[in-house]
Amino acid sequence: MSAPVSDRTASPLIFELGQEGRATRYVEHGKPLQSFMPANVLRDDLPLPDNTELDVVRHYTSLSQRTFGIDVGFYPLGSCTMKHNPKVNDALASLREFAELHPFTPDDLSQGALQVMHELERSFCSLFGMAAFSLNPAAGAQAELAALLIAKKYFRDRGETQRDKVIVPDTAHGTNPASAAMCGFKVISLKSDARGRVDPVEIRNVVGPDTAVCMMTNPNTLGLFEERIHEIADAVHEAGGLMYYDGANANALMGNTRPGDMGFDLMHLNTHKTFTIPHGGGGAGHGPLGVAAHLVEYLPTPYVVRDGDRFRLDFDRPKSIGPVRSFWSNFAHAVRALAYLYANGAEGLTKVSQYAVLNANYMRVKIAEFLETPYPEICRHEFVASAQQLKKETGVRALDIAKALLDRGYMAPTMYFPLIVPECLMIEPTETESKETLDGFVDVLRDIVQTAKTNPQELLDAPVTTVVGRVDETRAARQPDLRWRASR
Amino acid sequence: MVQPDLLYSKEHEWVRIEGDRATIGITDYAQESLGDIVYVELPKTGKAVEQFGNIGVVESVKAVSDLFTPISGEVLEVNAALDADPAAVNRDPYGDGWLVKLKLKDASETKNLLSARDYEKLVTA
Repeated sequence: MSAPVSDRTASPLIFELGQEGRATRYVEHGKPLQSFMPANVLRDDLPLPDNTELDVVRHYTSLSQRTFGIDVGFYPLGSCTMKHNPKVNDALASLREFAELHPFTPDDLSQGALQVMHELERSFCSLFGMAAFSLNPAAGAQAELAALLIAKKYFRDRGETQRDKVIVPDTAHGTNPASAAMCGFKVISLKSDARGRVDPVEIRNVVGPDTAVCMMTNPNTLGLFEERIHEIADAVHEAGGLMYYDGANANALMGNTRPGDMGFDLMHLNTHKTFTIPHGGGGAGHGPLGVAAHLVEYLPTPYVVRDGDRFRLDFDRPKSIGPVRSFWSNFAHAVRALAYLYANGAEGLTKVSQYAVLNANYMRVKIAEFLETPYPEICRHEFVASAQQLKKETGVRALDIAKALLDRGYMAPTMYFPLIVPECLMIEPTETESKETLDGFVDVLRDIVQTAKTNPQELLDAPVTTVVGRVDETRAARQPDLRWRASR
Repeated sequence: MVQPDLLYSKEHEWVRIEGDRATIGITDYAQESLGDIVYVELPKTGKAVEQFGNIGVVESVKAVSDLFTPISGEVLEVNAALDADPAAVNRDPYGDGWLVKLKLKDASETKNLLSARDYEKLVTA
C-alpha cells in the first residue's frame, strides 16, 4: 500500500488498498488456470486491485458517505428535476424477468419486455402530443443529436440541403447549441425580450429559406412559459423549418399542456428527470425522442410494433437514421418510467406538474423577500434569483451562497445559468418536497444573505463542514490531478 | 472600471488605436462577469478579421464565451503569455491581459464603436 494520504480531502484509491493474494475467493479452482485455458487467451498481467471483500465494501460505503444525493437531502438543482425516485421502480426493474433478459432473446420470448416498451411509448405519445417515440437515445443530449440528424435527413429528402441554420434562444437548454454545432449546423443565438420570452417578431426577422430547426425549452430556463409559442411555431413553419422541444423542463407540463399542441415537430424527454429515475452521478440516463406524424419514419430503430396482441422489434425502417444506442437502450429505465406513470395515472401526473409549479412559486415569493428575483411573475416549475445586488453591497457572489448552502446540508441550485441573469441561482424544488423542507431551505438562504451583510468572510471561506473545502476552480480546470495507478 | 482613452463594443471588448495599429481586449466588466478565466483561444497571426466577427473564445469557470473583434484588420500579434497565465485577463484586462494586436483596415469603423462614457452607461444601466 502506498503512503496514506493525510489530507482530509483525499482518500486512497481502491488500487492503493490491499495486498497481493488478499482478494476474497469463494471458489478455489482445483487446478491452475494455465492447465485448462489455451495459452493464447491468457495474459501475463492483469493489474486489478487485490482486496478483501470487507475492504471493498468499506471503501465504497465510505465514498458514498462523502457525496450528496437526493436520498441525503434537498437538491434544488434547476432544470435537473431532482425529485424523489420511488424505490418500487427499482424493485420492478430488478425483477429477474427484466434484469436477466439477454438482449438477443427472440421477440417470442420477450413479449412482456416489448409490451413495457410499447405501453411506455404510447403513453408518452398521448401525454405529450406526438405521433411516435423512439426509446433508443440514452439521454437528452443524444436525443437532441438524433433529432437534428432526423431534421438533416428530412430536409435532404425534400431537396432542401441549404437549410443549415439552427435558432437557439438564450433561454434554451444549455446543450442545444452544442448539439446543433456537433451536427454541422450554424447556430443563431436569439436574445429574449425584457420579459424573458422569445419575441415572435424577432423570430420572423431571423427565419428564412436557410432555417432548419428552432430549438426551445418551454417553460424556458428562466422558468417562464412562452405564451406566444403558437406565433413562434407558425413563423418557423411558414419559413419551412422544424420546431424542437427540449424536454428538460417537461415536469411543468404533464396533463396540463402538450408540446405537440404547441406546434413542436420533435421533442425529447429526460425520463431520468420527469419520470423518477436516479440521476445526478452522470448516468445512466434515458432520452426518448418523440416526433410528429411527418417524421415518424426517420426515428432511430428498433421500434416496437404491435400486431394484434403480439409485439415485435422492427428494424426494417429504410428511412430511419438508425440506432444511436446499442440493443434496447437503457431498458431498465423504461420499466422504472412505466411504473411511475402507471402508479400516478393521467390525473396524478397532472397534479405532479401542478404541485411542482406551486412549490416553485411558493419559494419564489418567499425568497423575493431577501434576494432579487429578476422576473417577478408567476413562474412554472423553477425560477431564477440573482445575487447581483448582494454582490455589489457585500462582495458575496452566487458561488459563495452555493458553497454556504453545502455547509448547511443542502445541495446548491444551478448557478450562472441562464447566462442572461448575472449572479444567477436557478432553483427547482420539485413536487416531492414538503412545505417544511421548502421553509427550511428558505430560512437557511435568508440566514446566508443576512450573514453576507454582517460577516461576509464566513461565506467567502465556505464550505468548511464538507469533506472537500473551497476548491480552486481555475487550478482544477488547468491542472487537473487525475489519479489512476495499477496495483502492481 | 472603464478606461477613458479607449473605444468599446457592445459585446464588452475594448480597442486602443495608435496610428494604424489597434490593440484589443475585453473590459473589466466582462472579466468580472465571466469570473476566473482558465483558457483563451486567439486567432493566428496574419488572419484577416472583420469588425464584430468572431476571433476566438474565452473560457471561464462559469462559461465559454465567443470573442468578437471591435474593428477590422490583420492580426499582427496575439498575447502568447495568456497560454500560461490566462488569469492576467482578470488581473489587468486593459494592460497585461490584452488579447490581439491588429493592423487597421479601415479607421472610419470607429464610428460604430462606443465612447468610454457611452460604454459606462451601457454597463451601469
